[in-house]
Amino acid sequence: MALEQTHVQRAAHLARLALDDADADRYLDDLSNILAMVDQLQGIDTTGVAPLAHPLDATQRLRADEVTEADQRETFQRCAPAVENGLYLVPRVVE
Amino acid sequence: MHDKTLRELAASLEAGEFSSRELTQALLGRIDRLDGELNSFISVTADQALAAADAADAARGRGEAGPLTGLPLALKDIFCTRGVKTSCGSKMLDNFEAPYDATLVEKLQAAGTVSLGKTNMDEFAMGSSNENSFYGPVKNPWDLGAVPGGSSGGSAAAVAAGLVPAALGTDTGGSIRQPAAFCGITGLKPTYGRVSRYGMIAYASSLDQAGPMARTAADCALLLGAIAGHDVRDSTSVARGVPDYTATLDDSLSGLKIGLPKEYFGEGLDPAVAEAVQAAIKVYESLGATVREVSLPHTHLAIPAYYVIAPAEASSNLSRFDGVRFGHRCEDPSDLIDLYKRSRAEGFGEEVKRRILIGTHTLSEGFFDAYYTKAQQVRRLIRQDFLDAFEEVDVLMGPASPTPAFDLGANKDPVSMYLQDIYTIAINLAGIPGISVPAGFVGKRPVGLQILGSHFAEAQLLNVAHQFQQASDWHLRRPDFAKETA
Repeated sequence: MALEQTHVQRAAHLARLALDDADADRYLDDLSNILAMVDQLQGIDTTGVAPLAHPLDATQRLRADEVTEADQRETFQRCAPAVENGLYLVPRVVE
Repeated sequence: MHDKTLRELAASLEAGEFSSRELTQALLGRIDRLDGELNSFISVTADQALAAADAADAARGRGEAGPLTGLPLALKDIFCTRGVKTSCGSKMLDNFEAPYDATLVEKLQAAGTVSLGKTNMDEFAMGSSNENSFYGPVKNPWDLGAVPGGSSGGSAAAVAAGLVPAALGTDTGGSIRQPAAFCGITGLKPTYGRVSRYGMIAYASSLDQAGPMARTAADCALLLGAIAGHDVRDSTSVARGVPDYTATLDDSLSGLKIGLPKEYFGEGLDPAVAEAVQAAIKVYESLGATVREVSLPHTHLAIPAYYVIAPAEASSNLSRFDGVRFGHRCEDPSDLIDLYKRSRAEGFGEEVKRRILIGTHTLSEGFFDAYYTKAQQVRRLIRQDFLDAFEEVDVLMGPASPTPAFDLGANKDPVSMYLQDIYTIAINLAGIPGISVPAGFVGKRPVGLQILGSHFAEAQLLNVAHQFQQASDWHLRRPDFAKETA
């Protein structure tokens, strides 16, 4: 499965990473080499093998839907780049 | 006092030979004198350390000291520490002071330990050499031209150099065991779920596990007992009792069945490393163990499967760094998408971006089944190899790494760096515990013996490692770098 420049650009956009063309060329080479190594997987017959998502086959534990955390908004917003009146500031989204 | 183990230091504190404050001051002095060269710490928290030492000394004065009270250590900079910079080795978090403590940090504080600071690491734990840190590479105290290994390279180097008697690390594909091997110390990756991941910045959530790094297996046993256990704040932590890991250290190894995976002694293994590992196995035979060859037939697929699964999980985990709630934000964003894209492009280093891109690509429409589902299927085959092997033998042994520490700057190409982790990565995919113990040298550079056990066999691994350390002295060797007279 050969990787193309458009795949790198698509992944960069989906991952919200700014890439210029020189970056994209470099990553195309790096990622192609990594995927060539990964492609060894394709030769293995895994028919009937269930995917393993968790090494102990555990499932998600559930708990009662109760509030257990105290409100720490101010503490948590102290490390934010920009806040105002308890809200996170970002560039205007809706004109 | 910088040469002592945690156990020895605990005895000295209890005997009143010196106080925790005196010990803390002595080690802070060593960090001050030696770490400029080594670069093993990102942040040294001297004031907090001295306050914690005073509290520990006061507790001892009241007769309230526990086994870890007043003992100094260091934390990999991946563990959130309230009010202290928690960078994860990244420019992205260079300005981040964690608003809360990781569960592991809380537990170590409650046990009365004294953290001297936060250690250097590969950015977001992605690397095997510590060269991917925003704060620059760490040097190996045994040979300043060599890497300390990674990603917990700062923790390993700090212990090896006698700056701290122990440190905490994390291991997603070998990041405790390989730097422990490269720096001639003992490092344990526990079973997945044994130690809470709450407050430990996530790289690959189904693989990440925290563990102790120290001079001896006995010290690792002491620390593991303090950090292990169920945590309601980490749904993947396992609700299972924590044994006293120090209680079984002295058990006899008579009749122990050791398996040597033939795939771990094949092509690519440095003959001098193989020789050291074989010599260690002879020691085990002299202790009454029996040795046989076993096979882990899917070993060659571990690195390919890992480089799908880990980047996929990383691409999801690292989406939280968006320049909005914490971390780096770019200057003058033109709109929200520009804010995200430039903040992330500026905040993340090369290797992190590479893995985010790989993970995003393999999870994207049209590629998911061929890569991600396939890798998860192969992951099951890899785990089954270990389950089958542990039907036949008690533990597996082999090298922790195919070579001793390599030169700084030696592995420029990402794939050649990835292949260094051939003996450690499958263990994370299977979720089993593993420990690396010092087992010799190639020239000036240490060799690690890796011992693997079945799920939750930490007590057995620590016993097996401790018995080796009763019969060998590799763990007592100290690098010339650590031998300043102070």
